[in-house]
Parts: sequence; structure tokens; C-alpha cells
Amino acid sequence: MKEQLQKDFENIIKNLNLSQKDIEIKKFSLENFIEKGFPNRKEEDWRFSDLNQIIKKNIGELSFYCDYTSTNKVDTSVFVDGLEHNKIVFINGRIEKIDFYYEKKNQIEIIDQSETINRFSNNNSLSDLNNAFTSKCFKILVKKGYKLSKPLIIYHTFNSKIWSKNINLRLDFELNEDSSIRVIDLFNEASEKNFLNIFYNFDLKENAILKNYKVDKLENKNVKYSFNNVEQDKNSISETFILSSGSDFFKNEINCNLNGKYASAFVNGIFSLKNDKHHEIRTIINHLTDNTKSYQLIKSVLEQSSKAVYQGKIFVDSQAQKTDGYQLSKAILLNKESEFNAKPELEIYADDVKCSHGSASGSLNEDSIFYLMSRGLNYQQSRELLINGFLLDVVEKITDSEIKNLVKNMIGIKE
Amino acid sequence: MDNRQKEIDNLKDYKYGFSTDIENIKAPKGLNEEVIKFISKIKKEPEWMLNFRLKAFERFKLLKEPSWQKPKYPKIDYQDLYYYSAPKSMKNKPKSLDELDPKLLETYKKLGIPLQEQARLNGIAVDAVFDSVSVATTFREELTKHGIIFCPISEAIQKHPDLVKKYLGSVIPTTDHFFATLNSAVFTDGSFAYIPEGVRCPMELSTYFRINASNTGQFERTLIIADKGSYVSYLEGCTAPMRDENQLHAANVELVALDDAEIKYSTVQNWYPGDKDGKGGIYNFVTKRGLCKGKNSKISWTQVETGSAITWKYPSCILKGDNSVGEFYSIAITNNFQKADTGTKMIHLGKNTKSKIISKGISAGNSDMTYRGLVDISSKAHNSNNYTQCDSLLMGNKCGAHTVPYIRNKNSESNIAHEATTSKISEEQLHYCQQRGLNPEEAVGLIVNGFCKEVLQQLPMEFAVEAQKLVGISLEGSVG
Repeated sequence: MKEQLQKDFENIIKNLNLSQKDIEIKKFSLENFIEKGFPNRKEEDWRFSDLNQIIKKNIGELSFYCDYTSTNKVDTSVFVDGLEHNKIVFINGRIEKIDFYYEKKNQIEIIDQSETINRFSNNNSLSDLNNAFTSKCFKILVKKGYKLSKPLIIYHTFNSKIWSKNINLRLDFELNEDSSIRVIDLFNEASEKNFLNIFYNFDLKENAILKNYKVDKLENKNVKYSFNNVEQDKNSISETFILSSGSDFFKNEINCNLNGKYASAFVNGIFSLKNDKHHEIRTIINHLTDNTKSYQLIKSVLEQSSKAVYQGKIFVDSQAQKTDGYQLSKAILLNKESEFNAKPELEIYADDVKCSHGSASGSLNEDSIFYLMSRGLNYQQSRELLINGFLLDVVEKITDSEIKNLVKNMIGIKE
Repeated sequence: MDNRQKEIDNLKDYKYGFSTDIENIKAPKGLNEEVIKFISKIKKEPEWMLNFRLKAFERFKLLKEPSWQKPKYPKIDYQDLYYYSAPKSMKNKPKSLDELDPKLLETYKKLGIPLQEQARLNGIAVDAVFDSVSVATTFREELTKHGIIFCPISEAIQKHPDLVKKYLGSVIPTTDHFFATLNSAVFTDGSFAYIPEGVRCPMELSTYFRINASNTGQFERTLIIADKGSYVSYLEGCTAPMRDENQLHAANVELVALDDAEIKYSTVQNWYPGDKDGKGGIYNFVTKRGLCKGKNSKISWTQVETGSAITWKYPSCILKGDNSVGEFYSIAITNNFQKADTGTKMIHLGKNTKSKIISKGISAGNSDMTYRGLVDISSKAHNSNNYTQCDSLLMGNKCGAHTVPYIRNKNSESNIAHEATTSKISEEQLHYCQQRGLNPEEAVGLIVNGFCKEVLQQLPMEFAVEAQKLVGISLEGSVG
């Protein structure tokens, strides 16, 4: 792999018109990555999902070079109908389109900041890989007091030409005081067996509101990793919703630093898995000052030999008195082969706090099925009704009604 | 009221902190094959036992000390320890208690365990382990009548080699983790109990561990076998003198329950916790594991952990037999600079297996407490159930309380439920108690006892009283 990495890296350096500083950053990151390699089960954070093995098994040999010199045609058929929205379109990891058609132009700035290195407190080798191979990194800056009128949909699309490739992307968002944005990540894939490595950084200033919805619905054979770093100032709110369903492997990591008073973070997720898919959500909520709040709800429905992992951590600093932290994960295992692993973790250094977590996993409640069947539904209908209700609980947590309906349609949940 | 105050004053300092001035025989310092041979020789062990030790030592040399635990400690120099220390008078084992060194008798009397049987009315058979050797076992005749074997493990190796050979290392193999393997190589003494088929042990069996010599590691090994349809309740207590150095205690405890058998294992751990500034104290790195080998068997662990500078242990159950049951009840209290990383593992292998975990952690002062647990339901463990509840109580903002459960469910017919909460004693509760005339310390004591009640109820009566007092004492000075 090392040779492949170096060869592809040289190609990138040659083809992209990079500044000297950028090259240095990239070289440094590459060396770090070569030293560490892909994360494996020996690392505590990856003990339930050995990425190294998964890539070997699902993809085989990866190549890291993507041709970023030529533009790709944007296929408009993938765009969501019936919902007016702003767009960012990635094709094979290359930004093809940034379109804030519905917004005031002077309120949003798009800044090229490829020359900065991505550094997170909670680091793994994938951020180095990302730093080394991303072509361009943009920062989207929302100015003070501006609330985007329409949601922003980020399309992650691939054309069928690529295969066994590692694709890295990176985006930065800065939300200034009193601003707000809704971001939807949509994955549309026409290609297979690629490893997608996404890093987002959100910087929320006072009173800013971020809503991020990640929807991985379409059946595909890609391996994905996504990392959200969210920094939150006083009174800010972040809401993350994850629908984890389509990819062969998908690990979502949310790292949330509640730096300012009264900041709150909500993470809700659904695993709806079939076949031998293996998905994971890992959350780290750091309560770093007093009077902050976090709430997490993760529900899974697992069929066939699928496997879901939830690792959630609530950290409470000794300064963070009056913290309110809550975490709940529930799983329904529908098949003998399916597996659910959880590691809900509390690390608490302050005494005046209210923190709790719960985790339950098991089969569908036979009594409930009996009840429904005794009222005339057949077994299949009863089962569907129960699963529907089980998942609806999470969808109802979405605070934006437009997007809630969109998600409901996608999952096919009936009310 | 005055009496109670007096009692508390008496107990405020670690009352077991004295040391007995007694002549010792020690193995040469350090860890090597010679020392292992020395231990084996002085114990007059058969060759298979020596081979068992040497095999473990070979393995030990390949192992690395683990470092994933939350409480970190300065590196232990394993070559700077004595692995064997025994009172000189024990060289030729006294035949009866009357021949026992009066100094030893005195020590145990001070600890509240008079060994002379006539002084005992409450009917608990005690095996007293002093440093590396078992000094006395009481009520043996009474137990022999029922066919129960209860003796030091070094004696069992000689007198009941078949049983020891069959079960020693069957739950904790010599290839286990670092400390367990070290123990397999150098263990010195401990208790052995065998309850024959269909016998309900008429009294509580108990072991009392005492570390006395300085610079010594204590490595004891306990093996309890409950044959088909039998029942035994076993208690364990531990204390050590106050010293500025940290002493290592790495024990292995193995339980085997055959068909329909039940073992109840209770621990009140009160090793010296170190002083107010965190100096000294015992490193309690213990491996305890029970195997529910037969159908319908049951193993229940109850622990009250108040002592030790660092407690690092996970009493576990392997539920292999169908319909077997594992239980874990724990109270862990840390104060001053104490640290604890404790919890349990419930490994469900058989059908219809059940497990229950109730863990209560209280941390005060500058201490740090972690609950770490594993519930693993394998794909063959149909219709299994687990219920876990772990609650933490924090006093002050210099301490920490953490919960790290690992939950693995590979069987769709099985259910796992896990709950954890962290909170402090609410102002309302305190106010209510004080309004009715209790002072703040008493109020906290009452609330904490209520918080722990679910676990305290599981202890045998004699222990429960002691444990309840201990809970109060350990938190002394942490309020206000």
C-alpha cells in the first residue's frame, strides 16, 4: 500500500497546481498516515469495526489518485424534486458546483482554504489521509444574523467510471452570531467499492443554529467514513440526524464541543440494515462549561446478518456543573445472524449533573404482535407496523418539518 | 448517640493499620525460575504443580503489562518484590490451633477474628491467610462430617491432587492475562473448597487475607468447586498494615458450579487505601472468574470495595450450562486519592441463561471511579436475558465517576437492558433529613445506605452489618 500511496501522491502533486505551503502540509500528513495506516481493531475506537479488514474484504487494493483536472458533467436528474434548495455538488470528490441561488449573495462567503491543516482533538489516521489527498477545501461562512431561507443539499455523487478508489473531501462551515443553516448530505452512487472519507468542521458562534441531516439510503457497495466536528459557543444549537442504511460499511463520527453556556447538542440516528452491512455511529459530546445540554437517541432495526455498533460518550468536565446529558440506544434484532454492539460511556468529573444512559436490544415484542394479530392484521403487517412506530420515534425528533417529510418519504414511513 | 460517635471516632482511622512484628522466611527477592522452584519446594508440591507454574512463567515472559485501564500507576518493578513470605513458626505447620504462634492469634484477635473455635459462636468456618501462607482453618471436623473439603490450597495440592489437577486453571488458564498468569506462576496460598454432590454447606465458609510483610506481593489462589446440586456461601475479607509503599495484591479466584449447584461469593475488601494524600496503599489487581459449567447452576458475586489505593477487578461469570444464572452486586466507594476500575463480565454461552448486574459507585474527595463491564450474548445463547443497572453518586467536583459498558448481542431471541445514571445527593433529600433532626453527616450516611441497599441486602447477615458501617466510615469527612 505504501508504494501505491506514494505513487498516487506524486501524481496529485504533479497535476494539481498547489502552493509550496500546501505541498508541505500534504507531505507531512501523508507521512503521518503511512506511519499509522488504516485504523484497526487494536485501537479502542475501532474495536467493533476493523476498517483495515473491512477495506481489504470489501474493496481489496485501493488507489488514491483521482483525476481532478477535468470537470465532470453534473447530472441534474439526481436533484431532489419538490424542495427548493441550495446545492453543493461533489462528483468523485471534486467540487463541481456551489450554488446559493436562493440566498442573499453578500451574506454568504465562500473561502478557499486549502492551505490549512485539519486538526481535531480526537484524531485518527483518517484525518491525515484526508489532509494529504483532498483537492480543494472550501469554507462556507454565513454572516452575522443571516438565516438561510432554504436548506443546503450536498450531493455526493460518483460517475460509474471509478472503482476501488479512495475519495477524500472536506468542508468547513462558520456560522456567525445569530445565523442558521440546514445542511442535508445526500449520497447518490452509480459506482461501487470506493472508500469515501469525509471531514466536516462546523464552527458555531453565539446563538447560531446548525441542523445537519445525513441520509445514506440508496443500496450501494461503498465503504464510508464521515467525521463531523462541531464547536459550539454560547446558546448555540446543533442538531444531527443520521439515517444509516445503504452502504456496505458506514461509520459516522460526531465530535461535539460545548464550549459556551447554554449550548445544546442533539444527535439522533437510525440504523436500518440488511444483508451483511456493518454500520457504526460514534458520538463524543464534551460538556466543557456549565449549563449545557445534550440528547442522543439511536434506534436500530437489523435484518439478516447485519451488524450495528453504537459508541456514545458523554464527557463532563469538572467545570461543567448543571450538565444535562442523556443517551438512549435501542435495537431490534430480527434475525439470528444479526448483531448489535453498544458502548455507551459516561466520563464525569462534576457532581451537580444529571447524566444517564440506557441501552436495550432484543427481539420484537411477541405480545405486541399477538395484540395486533388478534385485531385482524397478519404477521407481516403487524411486524411492519411495530417497526414503523419504533423508527418513527426518531424521525419525529427532526425539528424541521419540511425535512422531516422528506426523510419520511425516503424511508417509507407511514403515519 | 455518644456511643455511636465514639465508635466512629474509633474507626475513623484505618483500624487495621497495625503490623505484626514476626520473624519471616522469605524467598529471595526477584522473579525467576529459581524463586518459583523455591516456592514449590517449600510448599512440598508434586512435580505437576511445579510444571504448571513454570509453564505459566514461560508464558508470562511473553506478556506485556496492560495499560488500557483508567487508573494509572507507577511502573511496578517485578524484580524488586518478595514473592514468598511466611511467619517462621509456620515452617513446620502446627497441628492444632493451640500450637499456633500466639502472635498470630493475637493479630487475628485484633482484626476481630478470634481463631480459637470456642470463641466463635456464629458458625463461620475461617481459613486465615497471612502473607503467603494459610495459618489456620477452623471448623474442619464439622465440615468433614458432611464430606466438605475446606483447607488451604497448598494442602489440597498434596491431599486432593485429582480435584486440583482437574479444576485448577480450568476457569483462569495459565495463558490468561498478565496478572493472572503471574499469579499462576507464583501463587502461594489461598483456600480450596469442595462441596460434594447434593450437600448444602451448613455454615458460611470464609477466608481472611492479611498482608503483613513489607515489600511483598501477595498472590493467593482460591478454588471453589460446587458439585451437582450443592450450595455454598463463601465470604472473603482483607486488610493490610499502613505503609508508605504500594503493595501488590494479585489474586486469582476460580469458581466452578456443576449441574444445579449454587455458589455465593461475597467480598468485603478493606485493604489499606493509602493516607489522605494518596501515599501508600494496596494495588488490588485481582482476577475472579466463575464458570457455570452445569445446567441450572448459579454463581453470584457480591462485593463491597472500600479499600485499596487502586482496585482493578472484574469478577465474571461464564454462563456455559443451559439455564444458568450469573449475578453481580457491587458497591464501590472511593475517597481521598483512591481509584477504582471495577465491574463485571457476563458471558452467555448456554441457552436460557440469565444475568443481572447491580453496581453502585460512590466517589468523594479526589478519587476516581470507573464501572467497566461486558455483557456478551453469543449466537447460541438463545432466549437469554441480561439486566444491568449502574448508578454513580458524586460528592464534590474533584472526583470522577465513569461508566464504560460493552454490550454485545448476537442473538435475536435474547434481550439486554442497560441503565446508568450519575447524580449527586439532592438538596431536597438532605434538607428533609436535616429537618427531622439528623446532622448533615448522618443524613448523608442514611441516603448513601439507601442508595446501596439493593447490594447490602445480598450480603450474609454478619457481613452486612460490618459493610454498612464500613460504607459510613469510608465517606467520613467527605461532606460539607
